[in-house]
Amino acid sequence: MNFNRCAKPGPVWLAGLSALLLSGCVTRPQPLYHWGDFQAQQYAYFKGDKGPEDGIQALEKIREEAKAQGRRVPPGFQAHLGLLYGQTGRTDLFEQNLQAENLQFPESSAYVKFLLNKTPKPQSNPDASK
Amino acid sequence: MQANKLPALRLTILAIAALLLSACATRQPYDYAAFKEARPTSILVLPPLNNSPDINATYSMMSQATAPLAESGYYVFPVTLVDETFKQNGLTTPADIHAIPIAKLREIFGADAGLYISVKQYGTSYAIITSETRVTAEARLVDLRSGRQLWAGSATASSAEDDSNSGGGLIGLLVKAAIRQIVETISSQGHVIAGRTSVRLLGAGRPNGILYGHRSPMYQKDGMPAQ
Repeated sequence: MNFNRCAKPGPVWLAGLSALLLSGCVTRPQPLYHWGDFQAQQYAYFKGDKGPEDGIQALEKIREEAKAQGRRVPPGFQAHLGLLYGQTGRTDLFEQNLQAENLQFPESSAYVKFLLNKTPKPQSNPDASK
Repeated sequence: MQANKLPALRLTILAIAALLLSACATRQPYDYAAFKEARPTSILVLPPLNNSPDINATYSMMSQATAPLAESGYYVFPVTLVDETFKQNGLTTPADIHAIPIAKLREIFGADAGLYISVKQYGTSYAIITSETRVTAEARLVDLRSGRQLWAGSATASSAEDDSNSGGGLIGLLVKAAIRQIVETISSQGHVIAGRTSVRLLGAGRPNGILYGHRSPMYQKDGMPAQ
């Protein structure tokens, strides 16, 4: 290793510097998640602006976009979607989306367990299960 | 006499210069010892206290807290479901919720840390010549396992600032790039400014800001703020 190389100006040093400077422009760090307008959807939910069906449509679209781009949906996304499904009476999709949240983010497991135990499940009919 | 006076004068000037420079260069560095020891992975955002006259402040802030924290590398509990859980247990005001014993929060949510936000200002002040919308908020991050405070900070944003430089740092840029705002349909100006405040308050990589979480590539590389 030649530790003095940096000290003397030369083509290598210049190339290194320009690479460093350029990288600031070129490699833009990628967000960790594909958000769509998830936060706006949550705000709309809080304000009661829209019914759950509108939210479900918007979120399913974001999830599809994410899938198509090979990106991940953000924390809480699938849980919020599950909540909306729950409010339309589709308890199966409520549970499914909460499980998906748990799978993507194991940090949520205690809460997901809490939510699934609390929700009165429609007594599942073993004969009807696919 | 002249010879005696000069060094004293020079010393005084030097002292003043040092004082002035130190004010610019060094801010009291935040003590991250407890934060680094605890290294929380998940954050429970509680409904923010609202000290402003605008009733929208709580949910405006709460709905925009997820992105900066998640992009900083934390798991953030679904704020809508969290709010519903509190409501179903008869807790409807942020003040009541902030008073819940941390052991109870830990038991229900399994969160490592709780985030206690307080909105100090939210709204537009009208003056004769111009009006300004400003949102100011404070936050405390508390370890729900030990009860220790891991971090505290505050931030403000105003409509009077230059829009092109919202000063959110790297996380600010990421959040801006990542989030589609549908401003015209859902929000007032206050909500937009609150989003900016939230990024400044909760985005990692800022001086005295929150540290990066375990899901970020910057995890444990703090100290070199990525600006």
